[in-house]
Amino acid sequence: MTFSATEAGVTELWQKLAARIAAGDRFAGLFAAVRPRHSSDAGAQTALVLSAQVAAGGGIDTMEVALPPGAASYPALTPLVGAAFWYERVIHDQFGLVPRGHPRLAPLVLHGSPEDHALPRHVAGYGMFTIPHGPVRSGVMESIEYLVETPGEAIPHLNMRVFYKHRGIEQRFEGMTAADGVLLAERAEGIATVAHTLAYCHAIERIAGCVPPESAGLVRVLHAELERIANHVDVAARLADASGLAVAAARFAVHKERVLRLVSGLCGSRFGRGAVVPGGVSALPRISPDALLSELGRLEKAVMADADSLMATSSFLDRLRTTGPLSPARAREHGALGPIGKASGFSDDARVERPYDAYPSLGMLPGRAHEAGDALVRLAVRWDEVAASFHLLRQVADELAGLDASPGPTAAACEPIGGRAVGWAEAPQGEVLYDVTLADGRISRCHPRSASFHNLVLMHEVFAGDILTDFPFIEASFGLSVAGVAL
Amino acid sequence: MSLWVLRGLRGGVVTTRWPKRPDGYADGWRGPATVHDPYPAGTAGLGELCPTGAISITGQPGAVRLDQGRCILCGRCVDSRPDVFAWSAGTTGPGAAALTRGGLVVPEVTETDAAVEAVRARLFARTVALRRSVHVRHVDAGSDGSEEWEVLALLGPVYDVHRLGVFFTASPRHADILLVTGAGAAGMAGPLRATYEAMPDPRVVIAAGTDAVSGGLLRESDVTTGGVSASVPVDVWVPGSPPSPFGILNALLIAVGRLGSNRKGTR
Repeated sequence: MTFSATEAGVTELWQKLAARIAAGDRFAGLFAAVRPRHSSDAGAQTALVLSAQVAAGGGIDTMEVALPPGAASYPALTPLVGAAFWYERVIHDQFGLVPRGHPRLAPLVLHGSPEDHALPRHVAGYGMFTIPHGPVRSGVMESIEYLVETPGEAIPHLNMRVFYKHRGIEQRFEGMTAADGVLLAERAEGIATVAHTLAYCHAIERIAGCVPPESAGLVRVLHAELERIANHVDVAARLADASGLAVAAARFAVHKERVLRLVSGLCGSRFGRGAVVPGGVSALPRISPDALLSELGRLEKAVMADADSLMATSSFLDRLRTTGPLSPARAREHGALGPIGKASGFSDDARVERPYDAYPSLGMLPGRAHEAGDALVRLAVRWDEVAASFHLLRQVADELAGLDASPGPTAAACEPIGGRAVGWAEAPQGEVLYDVTLADGRISRCHPRSASFHNLVLMHEVFAGDILTDFPFIEASFGLSVAGVAL
Repeated sequence: MSLWVLRGLRGGVVTTRWPKRPDGYADGWRGPATVHDPYPAGTAGLGELCPTGAISITGQPGAVRLDQGRCILCGRCVDSRPDVFAWSAGTTGPGAAALTRGGLVVPEVTETDAAVEAVRARLFARTVALRRSVHVRHVDAGSDGSEEWEVLALLGPVYDVHRLGVFFTASPRHADILLVTGAGAAGMAGPLRATYEAMPDPRVVIAAGTDAVSGGLLRESDVTTGGVSASVPVDVWVPGSPPSPFGILNALLIAVGRLGSNRKGTR
């Protein structure tokens, strides 16, 4: 993990960045913040700083450039690195800073003026119309608006408005203590509570220079992998529901409930809230390792048996095969995260590439290589991950059983004063990044970057030849949370 | 297909019998924090324990008040002052949801029994025709996503709200109950209001979760309205971060008068 500031101009930085991406590094994010112009004279002279995050080797590198005072615009990165498309729109929303040469600078996370609510038309032609789907969706869903431009069946263009449920999480972090910040990280993207909390805590622990005890690392993996299973089973239930397999949908709903009940039995919250704290975990699991192991065994048998049946139901497979394909070239170029990237042959799993907590000491099942990148392969990747999660969980339960009767504290003292660090964790949706800056024990800037934000923009591109009835399959196969997009 | 029929039969009945029979999982659930009665003297520093400002000191005897509508169940107060604070048990039963915002403050003070009874009578007069079959429209007004999972769980086999005559509907025109989650994101204020106005009378609004009740941690954010009551008139208030499926089900039944809410001890 490195931070590098450049005194040269923005264009030079973008060229350096594009060269690194061309050489195989992954673009991981871009954001702006008001920071001291020079790290030496803290606070005396501030500047708007652009920070680009790049995943390389064993860490996340941050490349920065300070804009000249009073700058109202800068040369856009998007023409060079397409994955910056949404990131630069957020910067424009937050600071009014104009990226010159950006292809479409519409509001993304901030609720715009009424004119922004007019239905945009990108495709002209006889019989073309726009279906505004959302923000109040049919069914129990998070609020997002899809604008589907269609002549009736095909979907030549899709537009997304995510600003409806923007909650100002990033701004709310400012001024919080490191210990309070964890409560907000838990609620940034509720279905990935543990992953967000881990990424946040890793950043805090790097600043404080503290190392969580071994037992805490195990409990963290325990919660993170149970969260992954719950999310992937939830996706399976939604896909089964979309294809009209009522029994399959019901059975996966039962399995998911069972996982959430196991989590609540372990820590008191169905989403693992309160379990992870800076420096470690709040307590050891309330369920004995033996009882945990036997429940995991029953759960694995039930989930995998239904998964096998689902992947052998031809009416289901027909709906998913070749639906919503993402090409390997685009996945690599964008740096697609999590199961979406893996399904298109691009895997950069933080648990493997930049391991944390107990992952380095546990054996991971390797996933199968995939290329097709359609909804079916995305589901196959999820089942591989579920199998790998159960494999990890069994090891964790064994290790927990081997701990001493009184293993000592479950959290190391962690009282950071000041500094800056990046933390990461692999959520069920993909890699989550937290860039945290502390001053006098309080957060002066915290930038969360969810996998949902990075991946959702890819939905623009996967409708090649797919029609309206494929929409629910494609949306479910992405398995993202809007809360994590419109932070 | 026949494969799935057999699979479906294999698991047996997993559906809870609640509210007819007690359910161990519902009863064992942790509710929001509450205040011991009586608690020992010494209230210095209690207000600073809570990250959402739910704890206040009134200066009267029995001076500590805890607003469960702001409690995000982090447990800071219970961990550091177990002599004053405790977890309330369960998220079902008459005490788990309130018919007035003030009813979520413990120990109860702000309203008289008669006032709460009047609120209840007005609500029940509206909902008397709905009791055996109600249609619910859910709207996310800026949730963190976990609330949707808990609402969705109600439609699964374990909670199965259909057995109680509760159905979720896509159209607000068919809806009797508006179930709102989330802290009241400014962007959702208009769509939420439009959904409410599209519903026919009588209509009932449930604020599900601490975020919907008060905004929770996002209460003071300038891109949220700090709870959904700024956009729609709330009838039933449910704490929890997120509220458990049983807690939401409990509130749905309270809303149509099939379970009482005895906040303020009037029932």
